[in-house]
Amino acid sequence: MRWNRKDLLGIEPLSAEEINHLLNTAFSFREISTRPIKKVPALRGKTIVNLFFEPSTRTRTSFELAGKRLSADILNITVSASSVVKGETLIDTAANLEALKIDMIIMRHSASGAPHFLASHTKASIINAGDGWHEHPTQALLDMLTIKDKLGRIEDVKVAIIGDLLHSRVGRSNIWALTKLGADVRVCAPRTLIPSSLEKLGVKVYWDVGEAIRDADVIYLLRIQLERQKANYFPSIREYARLFGIDREKLRRARKDAIIMHPGPINRDVELASDVADSQNSVILEQVTNGLAVRMAALYLCSGGDIESEDTY
Amino acid sequence: MKILIKGGRVVNPQAPASRLEPKSAEPALDAIMDVLIEDSTIIKIGKNISDANARRVDADGMVVAPGFIDMHTHLREPGREDEETIESGSRSGVKGGYCALAPMANTEPVADNVEVINFLNAQAEKYAWTHIYPVGSVTRGLKGETITEIGEFKEAGVVALSDDGRPVTNSRIFMLALQYAGMFNLPVISHCEDVHLTEGGCMNEGLNSTILGLPGMPAAAEEVMVARDIALARWTGGRVHVAHVSCANTVELVRRAKFEGVNVTAETAPHYFSLTDDAVKTYDTNAKMNPPLRTAEDVEAVRQGLRDGTIDAIATDHAPHTHVEKQVAFIEAPFGVIGLETCLPLVITKLVDEGVLTLPEAIAKLTLGPARILGLSMGKIETGARADITVFDPASEYKIDVNTFECKCRNSPFNGWRLKGKAVHVIVAGQPRLLDGRLVG
Repeated sequence: MRWNRKDLLGIEPLSAEEINHLLNTAFSFREISTRPIKKVPALRGKTIVNLFFEPSTRTRTSFELAGKRLSADILNITVSASSVVKGETLIDTAANLEALKIDMIIMRHSASGAPHFLASHTKASIINAGDGWHEHPTQALLDMLTIKDKLGRIEDVKVAIIGDLLHSRVGRSNIWALTKLGADVRVCAPRTLIPSSLEKLGVKVYWDVGEAIRDADVIYLLRIQLERQKANYFPSIREYARLFGIDREKLRRARKDAIIMHPGPINRDVELASDVADSQNSVILEQVTNGLAVRMAALYLCSGGDIESEDTY
Repeated sequence: MKILIKGGRVVNPQAPASRLEPKSAEPALDAIMDVLIEDSTIIKIGKNISDANARRVDADGMVVAPGFIDMHTHLREPGREDEETIESGSRSGVKGGYCALAPMANTEPVADNVEVINFLNAQAEKYAWTHIYPVGSVTRGLKGETITEIGEFKEAGVVALSDDGRPVTNSRIFMLALQYAGMFNLPVISHCEDVHLTEGGCMNEGLNSTILGLPGMPAAAEEVMVARDIALARWTGGRVHVAHVSCANTVELVRRAKFEGVNVTAETAPHYFSLTDDAVKTYDTNAKMNPPLRTAEDVEAVRQGLRDGTIDAIATDHAPHTHVEKQVAFIEAPFGVIGLETCLPLVITKLVDEGVLTLPEAIAKLTLGPARILGLSMGKIETGARADITVFDPASEYKIDVNTFECKCRNSPFNGWRLKGKAVHVIVAGQPRLLDGRLVG
């Protein structure tokens, strides 16, 4: 297939075929980072702006490096969210960037839908690097690449996503990707952190971690924001760690070779016991490596530089 | 000045015999007639009236109805004249078929004292194209702490009380307001929302909010307050009017309260019988309102509530916001949509044409219903009545274009919709304000 989208705003609008196309492209780009000279001219002459309205080190660095490996010129702009409370600032920012003839904007914003808003006001390609509670498509893609690497497939893989589903863009994007690719998805969190009607997205909802991870192939932990406790979503960090945190004891319910995933950064010994995070089951650092390849693929495809993909991966 | 409205279908609505009678009573009049107006009064209704001295207004193929009354409008004056003024809002009203508007009190400053009410009356006297019947706030500064000088409001012409935009959260204050307002036979219009349940929310809580990653406002937040208000109306005997009904359980609570004989009335707005929260799926801030658009089941319940008389009136909740204010990420946008120029076509297209209401029933929701709630001697076409008349073409089909609106703002989710029904002539107290679809004045 060929990639026909200007923007990558989320996983929800993508077909399984499009997701696989992105993964195949990422797979073919992964080799570049193992070369002595880690650079190809695929995006030479293109200008990419990292426009981050929310602090982020991992994602921003990953996108920056991905762009550089493809020989694009990268501009990093970090804006405090308060300065864009007025929407015209956002449009003005886009208009100014467009006047500088940039080609792509990688955008992170605390408001769900902000990249969609920008996409409708600029000719530049927009890649969503996380919007509010809505989506974080490249995170889900790097997670898919990691699962496929480790388990050889995604279809019928049993995945338990545990943590704050209500406020998680990573959770939502992963649910879309996994269900579209045929995985068996279970989610688990305190009832207060499960968004309304989530089961209608094709997932099973559990309050009991033991049940959720029974025979699981993948255990995916979401970061717990410590301030959620102050908002009374759960009574204490201590209780959350006891009931929902994954430690060696709970891990026994899953398959022995189950992989442990986390989008980072980890709250050690809250959602994930430190020894489990550092165990052989953990693929957290491989996720980071795959993030680079996935972002190279997203930049490349959305810049219009598609190649006919073969299902080599 | 004499005006002779010739050959229209004159509909003089009549309230149903029982509030919850599924089959409403026949209208008091529904026939092809002529209406003769002299100065501000209807002096004759009949067939083949001729008067050589009268200005003739052709109503052939059209409906001649009492002038529409919008009991829930935000005119933004004083304070936000960039969004709307009494003049622009009432011009917009006339274009939509309205003869009377009741502007809400949440202006800047708040209409919480008689000086602001007097200012509104003075501005209306000078600039309004329709009758303006101010709504005073229930509490000072909309803070929910101290009730306003309701007796003085009544003398100044206030027709209802409301802190609309926010609820009176303190139940004791709300109860006292109901009791005190009862002395002056003024309804207390309640914005039913438990703000603890909606805190941070920007759309209906449900599958769509989950998909969009937007914080939700559960329907229960509305139901909780409706249940409280009904309990307090039952207890005090005061008059509670539930504003902008949006969800199924609110309809059911009001229905049961009416059966019980509680003094409660209700209104809904066209967006709640025309749209679901699917309209938010593109993050269109024009579909952001409070209460939020809800599910298909809720829309159906609202339509059923209109049909069986649970919901007495259709109001617009006309809430203008500038383009700049709405041109932001969804969560940051203000709540509200304009509605004065789209209400009639939505009523005709979504309610009358789809068989939810008969034409006379629909007219009653726009005229007699609000008139009764606000205690206005309007809503009827009768000899001797004040000549507030709306003539509209129910068959005229056209594409909604917000750029043609008289309203200062453009925040409508209905732009581009093809709808039927358009006001053609509007006469306010005997004065032509709209003739052949054009404003005159």
